[in-house]
Amino acid sequence: MNDLVQLASLAPLLALAGAVINGLFGRNLKGNAPGIIASLAVAAGFVLSLIAFFGVRAGGAVRVNFGDFLVAGDFKIGLGFHFDQLSVLMMLIITGVGLLIHIYSIGYMHGDDGISRYFAQLNLFVAAMLVLVMADSFPLMFVGWEGVGVCSFLLIGFWYRDLANASAGRKAFIVNRVGDFGFLLAMFLTYKAFGTLDIQAVNAAAPSLAYGAAILTGIGLLYLLAAAGKSAQLPLHTWLPDAMAGPTPVSALIHAATMVTAGVYLIARTGGIFANAPGAAATVVWVAVLTALMAAIVAIGQTDIKKILAWSTISQVGFMVAAVGAGAYWAGIFHVLTHAFFKALLFLGAGSVIHALGGEQDVRKMGGLGRKMRVTGTTSLIATLAIAGVPFLSGYFSKDAILGALLTSMPLGNYGGQILFVLLMLTAGITAFYMFRWYYLVFAGEPRSKAEFERAHESPAVMTVPLSILAVGSVVIGYVGLPAFLAPNAIQEWLAPVMAHVDFEHLSTSAEWLLLIGSVVVAAAGLGLGYWVYALGSGALAKRLGNTPLASASRGAFGFDRLYRSLFTEPGEGLAEGVASLDRDVVDRGMTGLTGVVPLLGRLIVLLQSGYVRAYAFAMVLGVLALAVAAALIGVFA
Amino acid sequence: MVQTEYYVALSAVLFALGGIGVLTRRSAIMLFLSIELMLNAANLAIVAYARQWSAAGAQHALDGQAAVFIVLAIAAAEVAVGLGILVAIFRNRVSTDVDELSEVRA
Repeated sequence: MNDLVQLASLAPLLALAGAVINGLFGRNLKGNAPGIIASLAVAAGFVLSLIAFFGVRAGGAVRVNFGDFLVAGDFKIGLGFHFDQLSVLMMLIITGVGLLIHIYSIGYMHGDDGISRYFAQLNLFVAAMLVLVMADSFPLMFVGWEGVGVCSFLLIGFWYRDLANASAGRKAFIVNRVGDFGFLLAMFLTYKAFGTLDIQAVNAAAPSLAYGAAILTGIGLLYLLAAAGKSAQLPLHTWLPDAMAGPTPVSALIHAATMVTAGVYLIARTGGIFANAPGAAATVVWVAVLTALMAAIVAIGQTDIKKILAWSTISQVGFMVAAVGAGAYWAGIFHVLTHAFFKALLFLGAGSVIHALGGEQDVRKMGGLGRKMRVTGTTSLIATLAIAGVPFLSGYFSKDAILGALLTSMPLGNYGGQILFVLLMLTAGITAFYMFRWYYLVFAGEPRSKAEFERAHESPAVMTVPLSILAVGSVVIGYVGLPAFLAPNAIQEWLAPVMAHVDFEHLSTSAEWLLLIGSVVVAAAGLGLGYWVYALGSGALAKRLGNTPLASASRGAFGFDRLYRSLFTEPGEGLAEGVASLDRDVVDRGMTGLTGVVPLLGRLIVLLQSGYVRAYAFAMVLGVLALAVAAALIGVFA
Repeated sequence: MVQTEYYVALSAVLFALGGIGVLTRRSAIMLFLSIELMLNAANLAIVAYARQWSAAGAQHALDGQAAVFIVLAIAAAEVAVGLGILVAIFRNRVSTDVDELSEVRA
């Protein structure tokens, strides 16, 4: 079984091979060939991930070492993969959801000029993401970390001829660099504290340091910075809404299902550190909860079909980060899993709508589309209900697990766990509200634009089949994590051997029921409020609410972009302008002035050049005499 | 035996005469003559010193004499080339006034 698990090391290589084939020979591939090659590469990766999954289930974690990655004196890092319960689960999500999105892309990107470039980059992303989750050391993880960043940059700016898309890609890359900087510093500190960068060794050694030691807190906060960059948490969240400039399947794969969960994975993977640094862990939860709340409020005020989902993603990733910060690593990963299904489905549904309307993304021009696009409408409704937390759908279970974890986490108790619980519960209600708004404005009600409505048509099967599969997943995947007091919680038990231990208070069964019913009430309240405002209020109430200060803050996304513009971009531009003018007005002018001096000097020297041989000879004689006199004076002849 | 100082003094006088000739004369022929005078002034100084060394029984007493032959040979070569150029210039200009040869002046 061990050998079979090791076979899964080929998964990133296969995706890389797909990227190379499409990247180098894509020009010669016709029709759907690039998409089929890329999908096959990911499908093979999915099969290998399944093998690894069953292998780990049968025989536990497997480690593969391929040799040395970095050697410098005493400092040595092996090149190897670590297959355990956590990494194989992530591999399944990446290749499984990735495969569906690859197939969907064949339909969505049909006829695009850059289709082979698209699939090459998508495959490259899968390869990098697999390396990220399979790596057994921080530097190798960083390779994948940077790789997905590059692919994200490339794919956001995929339609680079439009300057806005290209600068959105650049923004994502630059903001991510801030987080990467945190990752690097965290690695330095980790090495200082533990003398190794092997993830398993660090996790094993972390409890031997003092509980809450300053260096552990420092490492934790720096990993939080890294996670905030990749997972779009405060204050580095501003790139994700702009990242919607990329093709919609990219938004689904990279900016909803996989890459943005890398921060969650990072914190779960380094659980040994966070479990022993309660201050850092509590900071993680506070950042995540505030992000979730802020992003949920902003999502209400957006009008772009994809941007609503982008803010929703920021908010949902906040839920996951909150869970891993609270020490409920399994709940965070559980929400990664469920979110991968329903958010990918929402994005692909949005993509299907955009595809049908020929590029229209403004929800104010939609409405009633569910009648023309049955599959897209129905699957999107399932995803909406799942994310809103309607009982018996996947999002309900994972969200409930997170809320319960916040309430009962012992380390978090000293840092305002109950306030955080209330805030996140509120966020869950707002989630139901804005998701109802999203669904209602797009698919239900009366069409607000006749022309757009007439144009709408259902997408081809290559797009609707992945939608249907994801919809089934969005319904059933939650049952792997049923509340532990009701039924065996499969995912918690599955992840337990590899997760750091954090103490939780035990809730009585009645309290557990109260919590379950509480989340139902909150979800119902959010959906009901949405129905009241958008479906019954016929727009008048929505308009009145739209004039409140909170609503304008929501539309302006709380002004982070403006703040960063005046804090960083404008001073940066000012500095660049200053340097440019220094170059132009001082260096260039100085040089030009100097070129003016040279001819003047030349004209002076010309005066010496009489052209009379005698004059030159005379100068020579004078020179010899001067030398002779000088030699006599300093006593050469003495 | 005549003292070396006298030879050197004569050599210096001849060299100075040659130098003044080079500086004051315009005719290329006279310039050549003056340069020859300077070369031979130098030769005179060299053989004078060589004589002094050999009188003192030094090991390489004849080196100076040999050097003079080299100078003579070079002077002869120089005159051959220089006079050739001079003839060519004279054919073009019907004059050997070096002050007129200043076309390359800026």
